[in-house]
Amino acid sequence: MPSPFDLVSASIVAFLFISLVSAFLARHQRFLVNFSSLLSAAACLLAATGGFLAVLSGGVEAFVLPIGLPDLPFYMRLDALSGFFVTLVGLLGFFVSIYSAGYLRGFLDRRSVAPLIVFCNIFMAGMILVLIADDAYFFMVSWELMAVSSFFLVFFEDEQVQNRRAAFIYILIAHIGAILILLSFGIMAGFATGFESFRGYTFEAMRSAEMPAVWASIVFIAAFLGFAAKAGVIPLHVWLPEAHPAAPSNISALMSGVMLKTAIYGILRVGFDLASEPQWWWGGMVLVFGLFSAVLGILYALMQDDIKRLLAYSSVENIGITLIAVGLAMIFAYVKMNTLAALAMAAALYHMLNHAVFKGLLFMGAGAVLHATHERSMEGLGGLIHKMKWTAPLFLVGCLAASGLPPFNGFVSEWLIFQSFLLTPALPGRLLNLLIPLGAAALALAAALSARGFVKVFGITFLGQWRGKAGFEAVEVNWPMRAAMMMAAASCLALGVFPTHVIGWLDSVPQSLVGGGIGMTARASGWLWLTPVASERASYSAPLVFFFIAFVIGAIYLAFKARRVNVRRAPMWDCGFEKVTPRMQYTATSMSMPTRRIFGFVFSIKESVRAVARQGSLFFPEKYIYHLKVRDRVWNYLYKPVSEASFYFARRVGKLQHGRIQIYLLYSFVTLVVLLVFA
Amino acid sequence: MTGQYYPILLEALQVIIVLLGAPLLVGWVRMVKCWTQGRRSAGLLQPLRDISKFLVKDTVLAHNASWIFTATPYVVFGATLVAGAIIPVVSADLPLAATADIIALVAIFAVARFFTALAGLDVGTAFGGMGTSREMMVSSLAEPAVLMSVFTVSLVSHSTSLSYMVHDITTVSFVLRPSLAFALLAFVLIAIAETGRIPVDNPSTHLELTMIHEAMILEYSGRHLALIEWASMMKLFLFASLGISLFMPWGIAGIDDPGMIPVALVALTAKLALLGVGLVLVETGLSKMRIFRVAEFLGMAFLLATLGMLSYFILE
Repeated sequence: MPSPFDLVSASIVAFLFISLVSAFLARHQRFLVNFSSLLSAAACLLAATGGFLAVLSGGVEAFVLPIGLPDLPFYMRLDALSGFFVTLVGLLGFFVSIYSAGYLRGFLDRRSVAPLIVFCNIFMAGMILVLIADDAYFFMVSWELMAVSSFFLVFFEDEQVQNRRAAFIYILIAHIGAILILLSFGIMAGFATGFESFRGYTFEAMRSAEMPAVWASIVFIAAFLGFAAKAGVIPLHVWLPEAHPAAPSNISALMSGVMLKTAIYGILRVGFDLASEPQWWWGGMVLVFGLFSAVLGILYALMQDDIKRLLAYSSVENIGITLIAVGLAMIFAYVKMNTLAALAMAAALYHMLNHAVFKGLLFMGAGAVLHATHERSMEGLGGLIHKMKWTAPLFLVGCLAASGLPPFNGFVSEWLIFQSFLLTPALPGRLLNLLIPLGAAALALAAALSARGFVKVFGITFLGQWRGKAGFEAVEVNWPMRAAMMMAAASCLALGVFPTHVIGWLDSVPQSLVGGGIGMTARASGWLWLTPVASERASYSAPLVFFFIAFVIGAIYLAFKARRVNVRRAPMWDCGFEKVTPRMQYTATSMSMPTRRIFGFVFSIKESVRAVARQGSLFFPEKYIYHLKVRDRVWNYLYKPVSEASFYFARRVGKLQHGRIQIYLLYSFVTLVVLLVFA
Repeated sequence: MTGQYYPILLEALQVIIVLLGAPLLVGWVRMVKCWTQGRRSAGLLQPLRDISKFLVKDTVLAHNASWIFTATPYVVFGATLVAGAIIPVVSADLPLAATADIIALVAIFAVARFFTALAGLDVGTAFGGMGTSREMMVSSLAEPAVLMSVFTVSLVSHSTSLSYMVHDITTVSFVLRPSLAFALLAFVLIAIAETGRIPVDNPSTHLELTMIHEAMILEYSGRHLALIEWASMMKLFLFASLGISLFMPWGIAGIDDPGMIPVALVALTAKLALLGVGLVLVETGLSKMRIFRVAEFLGMAFLLATLGMLSYFILE
């Protein structure tokens, strides 16, 4: 019987092997697609099984790999926390691998898919390596492996200028984050063994490091901001809505579904495991960042008319919701309320699992729409429910889950987070007491707004009438894509209907991080009932709710179907106008108009209407041209000044360069003289 | 003894009360409204007659209507009925109340709304889209306000389970709490918005400039319309009885107290009748707001509800 660590490491070797072999198979494109998808799916299953077993047993396995620099071997460790995230990567990776078998066929006649497959497998291996790395050096190497391979994936369709730009912004912000993470590890290593020895680079040494509170806080802030840049936390999110839509849809699913989670893993690892001396305001800071990301993320999402951009912004929102729960867990852990901390932690983990599955499903669905119509903007879609009879209901499941509606999975994790808010007792400190109600309010607002966003996505894309070119017939996508989406949708339902099992499984993670668990109390009243603390405080029976809703709907349906009543088809009601065209439908832009008006202060909106006059007439315009541009204010206020300033300095520094060798020799000479004088 | 059947009987009684009480409440509201406006009313039973008439009529579907359109009435009705089975109306000892707490209740209403909104977009008329857009604007502000308002009550009663909340409020001696006052005020404002009454929406208008809920369901006919109308009547009934259960549950039959049920029925009828009169006074006294004033109205409700929760954490 192989141990969980064996399974996970076997999967890493498998990913690297697939990547290597794929590089040599570029001539046999069709074979390559099937071969790599099948093997990746198997490797993902290995990883998921390994991670699942690691969480189930709750044990710790460590291993030292004697490669790397001399005397600096790679340390590896698989504990419950790593295991949970490895499961996430493996699970979504499995769905996406199957999906890719169908999706990549769309590229076959257009361009070589070999680079995509090579880098995708390196990317998967990099993500898992990040999760099992147990020293700072190996962690950063894996982190870069993940960042650089995903850069090439974003860069894949490089003929479009916006994709190149997106990839550049992505790699830039990823590296600013990486520098901050490196700094944080450096400080911890320094306090672990002093700056004379290299021994402090292992996480084991950092765990036992003694640090003054100020330095501990600097460590945490640097690590948090570094990881936040990767997670897409507002205001460090600007790369995310550019990069995720630019990547091919299977990659977008992986990036949104699991890559963002590796950053949350980093925050959990540093905040709960490595950094000593937690301060009371750490949790508060995480909570506040989470709140802003959740509310602003979904508001920006509402403004988008590109499906994939909208989904990317919705990922910002969900990362925000996760951080809210993480922040609560940190606050509770600080005041030594272990059960509550475990509840909030379980909610955060559960939400990440849910988000991975439903966002994966939604990106796969968006990919299916793109595959069938070659149109990304909702303004050119509509009525697809009649053509894509499988994709539409599966996408709807994703929308329901993402809106946090029962009986699907998004609701369970939001319910758990609300419960952690409501079970909060009086906390020491005014500010924390103030944060709790405000946090609950913001979370409620974000949850309600996300339902608004997903009504728009589904309604405009799949319902109504076709808005695009006349005569275009969309066709349903091939079966591997449908099968993958079906499995993801089934997981959404299963995770929503059997929450007690999931919480019982992941309980070892809060056990190991905050020293408390809710596994026992959550199942105290049997597997049907989810009772986070006690049944008189709160209970939710997902299986019964699901069963009752299904039963009632079924019963009413049968009761009314039994009576024979004529059902006629007729033209829709046109108020006697008789010239109703698909152009008169509500569009994505008009759907979100009320929100634009109410929350207008959040965006920078440029709106203009121009009337084009008929030839020779001043008074009867032939048509109106409406132009709308909605942008993040963050971009204008935070990034534009920085990028302009760096260009300015670059130009100044550029004046040193003349391209003449004499002048460069002069520079060297002056430098030497200066060094000799002052050294 | 009948002890083991008591929960089932109680649940059945509850469902019957919700199913039949809802049209009667709407009939009562319309009747009082006619009286205050000097008109003759069609009687208490008119909504029931409407529903039974819709049920026997033919159903007309637009050519473009998909399965979302035909499934929506059943989902909406089913979800609303499930909500009706978990709000304690006559007895705090409701067996199904434990399956879904107050957060799940709000989410179940949200399921119904999600599907109604999709149905509005399904056929592809401008009216449907307009209704959906407006309804989602109202709900995206009203839903958090509902949650915040009921959270305050659940903080006071240390539970989110509806049975325990009602039980706690009826058994603990009455204290005037500032947090509950804020929550009640917010709840009243949102209940008006959620059930689509004046001044937020007008259930009896089909004027394109003003309608919200009616715009979404404009294409429905026959039994689909019957189900949707019935569900929206139940929603009014349920919000009224939720308000009663949370803020003035006195008279409701307690846990292990089946003898109180007749009294509870009388108390419920009296309270609902009074609420109906209050609703009519509001609807007759006010006119419908402009659509973008609704955002301010709901924003105020949201703020009040948040203030309620804040004052619980700061003051109590």
